[in-house]
Amino acid sequence: MDYRNTLTTCTYCGCGCNFFLESLDGKLTGTIPCKTSPVNEGKLCIKGWNVHQFVQSERRLKQPLLRKNGELTEVSWEEALAFTASKLKEIKEANGSDAIGFFASAKVTNEENYLMQKFARAAIGTNNVDHCARL
Amino acid sequence: MIDRVKEKINELLSEGSVKGVVALVTANGHVAPCLFQKGDDLDTLCLGDTEKSGDARYPLNRVLCTIARQYPDDVFGVLVRGCDERGLYGLYRLNQLEPDKVVPIGIPCPESLAQACECKKPYPDDIVAGEKFEGISQQGVEDMDNKDLSTRFSFWMDQFSKCVKCYGCRNICPMCFCRECSLECEDLVSKGDLPVDIPVFHLTRAMHMADRCIDCGLCEEACPSDIPLRLLYKKTAEIMNTEFGFTSGINKNEKSPLSLMGPAPEK
Repeated sequence: MDYRNTLTTCTYCGCGCNFFLESLDGKLTGTIPCKTSPVNEGKLCIKGWNVHQFVQSERRLKQPLLRKNGELTEVSWEEALAFTASKLKEIKEANGSDAIGFFASAKVTNEENYLMQKFARAAIGTNNVDHCARL
Repeated sequence: MIDRVKEKINELLSEGSVKGVVALVTANGHVAPCLFQKGDDLDTLCLGDTEKSGDARYPLNRVLCTIARQYPDDVFGVLVRGCDERGLYGLYRLNQLEPDKVVPIGIPCPESLAQACECKKPYPDDIVAGEKFEGISQQGVEDMDNKDLSTRFSFWMDQFSKCVKCYGCRNICPMCFCRECSLECEDLVSKGDLPVDIPVFHLTRAMHMADRCIDCGLCEEACPSDIPLRLLYKKTAEIMNTEFGFTSGINKNEKSPLSLMGPAPEK
């Protein structure tokens, strides 16, 4: 019998709410907002309250998908990255840097978002950088 | 008090009369619900007090239900205050827990917490350690009742309109366990819309808690909009008491008036 509450930080936005991911025998059973956290003081929004559901969701993507003959097919990271890089290059050469846009995410870290905009500006050469939370 | 609680838990665990004890632990500088098992270090056990007494309480009965559902044949101990014990009685009545599978470890609340909660019974029937403090009258409900109807109406509508529909009041509630929740029924509450349907959302919940709410106050503490939910449920409980002589969880084998057919029972 292994009941645990693992203290962690919400990945949904930049607020940084703390909660416990409650697990029983290795399976997530719930989210409990941390009352002693100075950030959220035992409160959460509806997204935070449901974090435990996406972690072990069957619909969660675990492998990159590539559309082959009209169907999404699981491929290796290597293949996915090679395909993306070659397509980006192709589009840039044919239509210019501004034919490409980048969407950052609230669900990744600041550092990852920084790297993405850096890649957009320095490697691709476009200022077309936006964010999912603006949609 | 805490030493006696630890002693008791140690006794229960080492003699093997319980498989584990649901209580609170201090870890990483935070208080969290925890399942203590035989051989676990009880030094880090805490009673949910940090800066003020009872300011880090968690729905331990909810945790117990989660574990008991997976391990229905085992007996578990659980740390209970007055409200938690009322919760246990309610959960026995609602067939969510079996009384012979639960060993409550009761602690009374200090005066300051009892006052802050305006708790009718800030102590459990069975007390392991600590001095009990007598119940407090429901001043908040009385003050609200003394206002005229239109003031009350606009007060509540203003409060409800602050709702961000996080469902936190339901999610934290130790007495909410339905698989299908009315608050997710699209005939009552429209999906995805904000502000939430008022007053339907809050009154539906208040109705559903009428024979369940044990006045632990965790819903109000979890509300990001500071809606005085506890006051609303205290009023609902008062109506249940006036009309049916029923107070959720106050007596062990009490039946809910909502499960009876026929005339109102004797008060």
